[in-house]
Amino acid sequence: MLSRTADHLYWLARYIERAENTARMLDVTHRMSLVPNAAQSEAALWRPPVMIAGDLAAFEGEYGRYNAASVLRYMALDENNPSSIVSNLGRARENARAVRVSMSSEMWENVNALWLELRQRIRQGIGEGALSEFCDWVKSMSHLFRGVTYGTMLRDDGYRFLRLGTFIERADNTARLLDVKYHLLLPSPDDVGGAVDYYEWSALLRSVSAFEAYQKAFHDTIEPWKIAELLVLHSNMPRSLHACFDEITPILEKLCAARGWECLRQAGELHARLHYGRMEDIFQGGLHEFLQDFIAHNNALGAEIQRTFLNAPPH
Amino acid sequence: MNTQRQPMFDEMHGADAEIRAVYRDYAGWLANSPLDYLQQKSREAEWLFRRVGITFNVYGEEDGAERLIPFDVIPRILSHGEWQRLAAGAVQRVRALNAFLHDIYHGQEIIQAGIVPATLLTNEMYRPEMQGVDVPGGIYAHIAGIDLVRTGEDQFYVLEDNLRTPSGVSYMLENRKMMMRLFPELFRRYSVAPVEHYPQVLLNNLRAVAPPGVPDPTVVLLTPGAYNSAYFEHAFLAQQMGVDLVEGQDLFIKDNAVFMRTTEGNKRVDVIYRRVDDDFLDPLAFRADSMLGVPGLVSVYRNGGVTLANAIGTGVADDKATYTYVPDMVRFYLGEEPILANVPTYKLADNDDRRYVLEHLEELVVKEVQGSGGYGMLVGPTSSREQVAEFRQRILANPDNYIAQSTLALSACPTLVEQGVAPRHVDLRPFVLSGNTVSLVPGALSRVALREGSLVVNSSQGGGTKDTWVLNEVQPC
Repeated sequence: MLSRTADHLYWLARYIERAENTARMLDVTHRMSLVPNAAQSEAALWRPPVMIAGDLAAFEGEYGRYNAASVLRYMALDENNPSSIVSNLGRARENARAVRVSMSSEMWENVNALWLELRQRIRQGIGEGALSEFCDWVKSMSHLFRGVTYGTMLRDDGYRFLRLGTFIERADNTARLLDVKYHLLLPSPDDVGGAVDYYEWSALLRSVSAFEAYQKAFHDTIEPWKIAELLVLHSNMPRSLHACFDEITPILEKLCAARGWECLRQAGELHARLHYGRMEDIFQGGLHEFLQDFIAHNNALGAEIQRTFLNAPPH
Repeated sequence: MNTQRQPMFDEMHGADAEIRAVYRDYAGWLANSPLDYLQQKSREAEWLFRRVGITFNVYGEEDGAERLIPFDVIPRILSHGEWQRLAAGAVQRVRALNAFLHDIYHGQEIIQAGIVPATLLTNEMYRPEMQGVDVPGGIYAHIAGIDLVRTGEDQFYVLEDNLRTPSGVSYMLENRKMMMRLFPELFRRYSVAPVEHYPQVLLNNLRAVAPPGVPDPTVVLLTPGAYNSAYFEHAFLAQQMGVDLVEGQDLFIKDNAVFMRTTEGNKRVDVIYRRVDDDFLDPLAFRADSMLGVPGLVSVYRNGGVTLANAIGTGVADDKATYTYVPDMVRFYLGEEPILANVPTYKLADNDDRRYVLEHLEELVVKEVQGSGGYGMLVGPTSSREQVAEFRQRILANPDNYIAQSTLALSACPTLVEQGVAPRHVDLRPFVLSGNTVSLVPGALSRVALREGSLVVNSSQGGGTKDTWVLNEVQPC
């Protein structure tokens, strides 16, 4: 298929996935802020979402203080913030529009309707009271888009690039979320063995739709290291790093039949670490170090995919 | 020439207010349909068009502004007999125009025969690059939009031939789909000839004009991109034909051939249905500042390495000065009498015509020979004294650039407007396809001027569209 078309489909999926993940993070932060006697200050609570998106400097320059209202506005509605939900969905729609020919008409209508409704919602304004509803809506539209894609799109290379975008983006988001939240929620070293706030850890799990999965997998109280294990190594947990690479690797095997062995090598290497890795070893070397390294390699894989399949050479 | 304003012909009620046979059944249905029912259908249509993204982009408005072309839920209906005559006339005209284009870029016999003046070659749409170039099948205008107006029961006139990148066919197809969705009961009652096979006819024709020796040609549709006003149509047609929708940046030239960049490497392209104007096709041949085209494309094209539809240089045959000679072309190339008449037209380059026109500016329509989209024209009867005076100066400064036509009383068709159902002026654009054969599907785009009394039907100036029904000969009772 046309490289430009593949590029638009790949990024369409990434932007939708990114919007969904931002909505998940905002929602969980918001819920945590409602717990009485939360250990942290409002600023400490609202800084992580911005940090996960990698936007600290931009936010502080524009908004100054971290509080519920400013972070919500910045992360959900600010069109000047390239990682806001609005920006991501706007770009998703632009990409979809450029390649509406290469999707099923249901997919296009889904993205277009999403965008039209988003503009409607922005006009009406989204206050803090409506935040959860808004985040639920973003999540459900993303679910719907994936469902429509899965149910209607021809299983051609376009489908593969779209799915590839979804899982590269999701792996990145899960790794960032875990990296920031894990250390934020972990009690200080002096305090090991102290009470870990059940509510906050369960909120983290809920943000990746993993709360019920955790209960089923471990039949145990909520322990931070088990949460890390679930989100890194468990292949049957759909938003885990391992599950993402279970999807990515076979897609690349199909695509690389024609070209681009280096993509497959990089993906295979990452996949093997997740497939054969042990949590003890990961903790030994440091979870933070592991996740940072993973994010860097996942980014490099994304760049290699871009270079191999998607970029039109300069003209 | 009679410049008297004639009474307006009403498509439904005819000249004598007696409902015309072709409308009889529909008029009964319409009379029994409450206004709020029609309005509700109209809102439903708008919502659906918006959802599907059937929009056009408006230049000069805020970035990404997308508008709906207003859609009218009351169809325009043509009888089988009316259509047969129009279709035969449009096919005849396109055959003559293709013969003219071939001739003008080869022996120029029509000029030697003294039928059209050599000054036509000073037209800036004439492309010297095409002189002596042979195109597959001798076909230049693969897709032609012939604009027609009606002034009476049997009086149809060709207003304009569109031979460059005519648009609007997606509305013909989407309007039909919409009508079948909104009013299925009407389609059960009426036998409306289908138009849905248009993209297949187009694809067959495009494949038929591939460079010789290509057994399984690759066809693509070249668009200027998502911000072009007709982008929806480009995407729609590419999707319906199952071909790639490409932009200039997706194509490149190698070894005297055109290739597109794909995820599996480079793929050869044989036929390009281009919706990019000549000027922007190739920065090496035409406008150097254009980013929309493909450097080197014209050279490959001239060597027969790729087919462009429509051909480069078709504009020489569709400007308003050339238009006046089309009936003569029909006689010269085909040896036939023209089935469809031109609107009587004055050439301002001609001394007698110019004298007459300058004396009667208030009664006439004056157009720039290369104007389009309703821009650059004077509608005498509805213009101010200042506008008329200004046009007089423009004509005197550059008479070759203008033609004038009598104001015609365009027919009107019942249309749903704010106040209810009222007559509004319509025109008709059927699309003629040339490949192995010259043909059209039985339908057309009907454009409607929504403002009362307005004759301007262009979508860029607020006109709307309606579905056009061509009835099959035998209607069920």
